[in-house]
Amino acid sequence: MTPVQAVIAKELRGYFVSPIVYVVGAVFLLIFGLLSYLYVGFAGAQAIQMMQMQGGLAQINLNDLVFRNLFASMRIVLVIILPILTMRLFAEERKLRTFEFLMTSPIRINEIVVGKFVSAFLVYLALVGLTILVPTVLMLFSDFDWNPIWTGYVGMVLLGALFISVGLFASALTENQIVAAFVSFGLLLTIWLIAGLGSLFGDTTAGRVISYVSYMEHYERLVRGLIDTSDLIYFGSGLALMLFLTHRVVESTSWK
Amino acid sequence: MIDVQNITKRYGHHTAIDGVTFSVAKGEVLAFLGPNGAGKTTTMRILTCFMPATEGTVRVAGFDCTEQPLEVKRRIGYLPETPPVYQELTVTEYLIFVGRLRGITGQKLSSAIDQSVERLELGSVRHRLIGNLSRGYRQRVGLAQALLHDPPVLILDEPTVGLDPKQIIEIRELIKSLAGSHSVILSTHILPEATAVCQRVVIINKGRIVAEDTPAQLSARLRQSEKVSITLKTCPADCEMKLRAIPGILNVLPGQAGGSFLIECELGHDLRDDIARVAVLSQWGLLELRTLSMTLEDVFLQLTRHEDHLSEPAEATVGMVAAERTDA
Repeated sequence: MTPVQAVIAKELRGYFVSPIVYVVGAVFLLIFGLLSYLYVGFAGAQAIQMMQMQGGLAQINLNDLVFRNLFASMRIVLVIILPILTMRLFAEERKLRTFEFLMTSPIRINEIVVGKFVSAFLVYLALVGLTILVPTVLMLFSDFDWNPIWTGYVGMVLLGALFISVGLFASALTENQIVAAFVSFGLLLTIWLIAGLGSLFGDTTAGRVISYVSYMEHYERLVRGLIDTSDLIYFGSGLALMLFLTHRVVESTSWK
Repeated sequence: MIDVQNITKRYGHHTAIDGVTFSVAKGEVLAFLGPNGAGKTTTMRILTCFMPATEGTVRVAGFDCTEQPLEVKRRIGYLPETPPVYQELTVTEYLIFVGRLRGITGQKLSSAIDQSVERLELGSVRHRLIGNLSRGYRQRVGLAQALLHDPPVLILDEPTVGLDPKQIIEIRELIKSLAGSHSVILSTHILPEATAVCQRVVIINKGRIVAEDTPAQLSARLRQSEKVSITLKTCPADCEMKLRAIPGILNVLPGQAGGSFLIECELGHDLRDDIARVAVLSQWGLLELRTLSMTLEDVFLQLTRHEDHLSEPAEATVGMVAAERTDA
């Protein structure tokens, strides 16, 4: 087992011993289930309405009515719960003075950062994996196209990875977990709102550049079923940037 | 094994350590003594590559701390001030994690864990969560962690804090047993600990090294005169006069109890024989006669409190304070 794997194993153990994973997981799955139920309910109501108006069997599109809305709604859920998942990663080490131990162990800072990121990401992947139950059950009763659902999941995984890296960065800044959660919450909302700023500028170069910075349009395209290289590059480079910044913050704590 | 050259650490305008130079040979145990805030922990953090020095170089086992920190870290076992334990892990899980971080795996890891659990008598708690253990056990888990990979260099920041007296003795024995094969630096402000365990003492105050020597030589060096305490059954008025008449005696002072005197003699002269002869011939009834040596505690107080006087001969009062302390 390499040092990185040791860090991952230890962090996962920490997650499952503390109540965080259970609480975050329960809330995440409950909201995902509730939202699916509501959107399916709305789609049903709309189908009945269309049947009454057209008098025949209405063709309703579950991809449009359920899944696209569902994935769009998950953004705000992730903004709220992922900071809770990531807040302890570095803040707790510093509070409990194990940070010094970690930094004096023969392991590189990037290995620590990657190990911690991967552990939170694995927990998140497991939670996202459980939600596949929803389309699987719906498949029994209805026909829909799986492709945009897969791209939606790709979007949710990439968005989650980006959010986790932002949370990791915030956690490295402080030894207070609440502050860490709040900072990452604030950062994520700010990046969200940058999309609004971009749309103010309209279809100018400035507007396009500003909008590109926000994760909104990139995520939306994936939810609509479009896989665009520029979006993948956006998530990849955003993730790399946040991990790099985390590395710098962790490194600089020992300069003080 | 450890070679520290002229390191300085500044935090903004505050200088935490200032031009510290010392070295530790292989197998030597060195105590780092100093009052709180003297720069002990800062020095240790620099040695363990936790933070870089503002100036100066540190080499551990031939590797430079700034150029090859990983090689240095591999060769050091470090126990920080607060034992670095994860409360959500059991003792065994924690040691497995520590071992893996240091690249020990498989059979080697489990035998290393068994060995350090046995050494620190953690057998009864190995499967308990560290969060539920007492301070003393956590301290021992922290030590087990530092010893796990059998490093050639051990850096222990106040290793006996939080332990009960029996455990303190056991840990000191353990550290003594490490001497010879390991280089150990331990910081402490418990002075008997330094005398009991270490071959050499470095006294640090306000970020500077104020003294460095063996405990015995330190106290000898700071002594301005030999001091002898005597207690007499009867002491006629002329006894002080008679004592002063012995050649080589500098001063005679009445002690705390009636009939006791503190006699200062010239350095390097043992006048006990002469004093005894005078006392017996004069029939004073000699009850007690002993030399007073400065304990490390006195040396420490003198060095850290009266740092300014170090260059000049220390005031007589300081010496007296020292003598009275041992007397009491």
